[in-house]
Amino acid sequence: MSDRHFGNKDGFSRRAFLKGSSAVAAATALQAQTAAAADNDGDQVVSGKQKIQLNVNGQNHSAEVEPRTTLLDVLRYQLELTGAKPVSADGSSGASTVLIDGKPATASTTLAIACTGKKIQTVEGIGADDPVIQAFIKHDAEQCGFCTPGFVVAVRAFLNKNPQASEQQIRDGLNSNICRCGTYANIIEAATAVVKGGV
Amino acid sequence: MAETKYYWPSREESRVIGKSHDRLDGLAKASGAAKYTYDINLPKMLFARALGCPHAHCKIKSIDTKPAERVPGVVHVHVFEHAQAGSEIKWDGELIAVVAAESEGAAAEGVAKLKVDYEVLPAFADSEDLAKAEELGRTTKGGGKVVTEKEPGDDDDEDEFIEQEIARLFKASDVVVEGYYGVDAITHCCLEPHGSTVMWKDGKLEAWLSTQNVSGTDDGFARDLELTADEVNVYCDYIGGGFGSKFAPDYWGVAAAKISKATGRPVKFMLSRDQELKIAGNRPSGYIKVKIGADKNGRVQVWDSEHWGTAGFSGGAVSQSVIPYVLVPPNYRRKATNISTNSGSARAWRAPNHPQACAMSQVALDDLAAKMGKDSYDVFMANLANADNGKADVYAAEMEIGAKLIGWKDLWHPHGKGPKKGSVVEGLGMALHTWGGVANSSICELKIYPDGGVESFCGTQDLGSGTRTVCAMVLAETLGLGVDDVKVNIGSSKYPPSGASGGSTTVGAVCESHRRASQDAIAEIFAKVAPRLECDPSELVAADGRIFRKGEADKGMSWKEACSMLGMKPLVVRAEHERGKESPLSSSNVGGIQMAHVAVDTETGVVKMKKFVAVQDQGLVINPKTCESQIRGAVIMGIAAGFVNTASPIRRPACS
Repeated sequence: MSDRHFGNKDGFSRRAFLKGSSAVAAATALQAQTAAAADNDGDQVVSGKQKIQLNVNGQNHSAEVEPRTTLLDVLRYQLELTGAKPVSADGSSGASTVLIDGKPATASTTLAIACTGKKIQTVEGIGADDPVIQAFIKHDAEQCGFCTPGFVVAVRAFLNKNPQASEQQIRDGLNSNICRCGTYANIIEAATAVVKGGV
Repeated sequence: MAETKYYWPSREESRVIGKSHDRLDGLAKASGAAKYTYDINLPKMLFARALGCPHAHCKIKSIDTKPAERVPGVVHVHVFEHAQAGSEIKWDGELIAVVAAESEGAAAEGVAKLKVDYEVLPAFADSEDLAKAEELGRTTKGGGKVVTEKEPGDDDDEDEFIEQEIARLFKASDVVVEGYYGVDAITHCCLEPHGSTVMWKDGKLEAWLSTQNVSGTDDGFARDLELTADEVNVYCDYIGGGFGSKFAPDYWGVAAAKISKATGRPVKFMLSRDQELKIAGNRPSGYIKVKIGADKNGRVQVWDSEHWGTAGFSGGAVSQSVIPYVLVPPNYRRKATNISTNSGSARAWRAPNHPQACAMSQVALDDLAAKMGKDSYDVFMANLANADNGKADVYAAEMEIGAKLIGWKDLWHPHGKGPKKGSVVEGLGMALHTWGGVANSSICELKIYPDGGVESFCGTQDLGSGTRTVCAMVLAETLGLGVDDVKVNIGSSKYPPSGASGGSTTVGAVCESHRRASQDAIAEIFAKVAPRLECDPSELVAADGRIFRKGEADKGMSWKEACSMLGMKPLVVRAEHERGKESPLSSSNVGGIQMAHVAVDTETGVVKMKKFVAVQDQGLVINPKTCESQIRGAVIMGIAAGFVNTASPIRRPACS
């Protein structure tokens, strides 16, 4: 471990991330080539595996990660928490939304090693009885359902911060998530119902 | 036993059908528990990632996989047959090679290390540019048709007659409008990309495939892997979007199976987002030059159009058969030209050809109204006489409902003459459509156990339209049980086959098979119960978990008690519907109208949808809740396509 050079004080470098993160796997070959080029300019990058501890849904888990490993990959492939979905490499779909210390973040653009010491909550940790989940069911705010967990987490996070949000505020606040089946109207209804105290 | 007469209960009699029910997999989806193909993780599984061609048209001079093979974690590199040295690649994104590795990161790094030398060749992609496409020899005839009320005489030259007749009809028209409209290609963009997770077990392939066609993809794998279909099992409990693009294993699914076989390990191979957009499905573009002539009421008498577009490299365009769309005047001439571009091939998209044909045909009607200074509603109404699907009355009724809902008469103002709030103007528009839809072929196997348990097996799939819930509701209705009392098993090719989900065929399909199976089953149970209740089986009713003589609910027996009379073995019933066979349970051919109230900022170009109304003719609705969701979703998808159609917006014409 001692010969490793970290790119910044957080213990990881952007280049290391770009070099081959699985998020980048979904991006273009061009990006990967750019990263490869960056590798040759004399700056060292971290490689190799290391064990870290992650607190997910209130439980401590140990995970074996490379610097490039995203939080999404750890959740999906080491902890079998597949609720957060890999839809977009850059997080623009919001499908991989999780809460990190209570704030929404896309797990596909978050490095696992940056999450040590933080509290991570996934859709699986929200709980079936949560009014948001119950409202999604009642208002049929899901069709194919692939974007749904990301939306559920995003709505939960938004309403935690804005429990009295208006419909327009909800529309604006959920701007980071997309749904191809077009369930938006139902999602707005579900979130509005939660604000009103029902499901 | 006499053949059961299949029927639906009346609206008044229905306890379950027609009443909204939460979708059965709602909790699984909302809580993240639902397992999609992308979520299937198998022990020792490899992750596959592919290199897509970065050029629209090129020749592969050489390909060196060794640098990729040397990447730590990379286990296998597979170069596609169509991408060997010397091969010509004809569209952007076509897959060249796949790298399978211990992690997605290692696979991605391997892909980045693949060394491919390309010779870049000339490419063409602008399907709107018909002149250029013709110059490059990229066009083929897409067919056409001419219909005139007046027929040529025996001595007339047919072509000459048609030219003269069309010219005469335009001259005789009270108003003539010319337009040029276009609709760009759009992509399916399924949020779960195309892909599979596969493994071999005892020489057989187990494939979790993101598919709209569970029952029809086992043979697809088998054909390309030199197996027989019994040696392949396909599973798809959940699918993250298909929209017409996921009917086959695709060559990348077959590659996953080959890599799995070569390495002896399970393989997950999902397309990346850019690959999904480039090669896994798009809807053909369509551009049209059209001239229409109408009488003083605005009813079109003559239509003359030429349209073109592309379905990607394979050519093709919007079918000429749906132009003009629904409202077909007594005289028309249409011609289509197909263009081949260096882009991925089109795939079926919700109601293939219809959305583009609707936009390309019916904007012209609105422009006709504008030129005449008439209300678009009145012009559409006048043209219902031209409806070619026998639904003029249905459309008229739908238009009346829609107009009331959107407040058409209050909001209408002549084109371009509405009030302006700053730079913002508002307007109304409408269109109408048709679609066949049909009950696809489907088989349901229904098991009723002596302890009262009920489960069904059917090789259909739930695309998100609520198929699972519909199956359970039909069984519950027929057997007199609650929706939660029956277990519905779908999403496996091991189950009795059911048709692919495409073209509005699934709810019809599963309703046919599940209603038939459950009607057959309840008839057998009634036959056993009738002697005990001292009545004729025809007098019995199944409702609220009981079986009783009509009007004597308190004297009957519980469902469990009735099932105990089955003896030691479960009652197993199989029932089938064959697509196209006349049935009392399903029909086809629907029509609907849609109206929009929009505000447009004429300085910034920002368009806001103020209100949208859809009135849809749709037959028996099993679950109103999921049915409404489908319509809302489809409308939102359509609005989105209209709003992002930036390169070539649906155009206004220069009026003649």
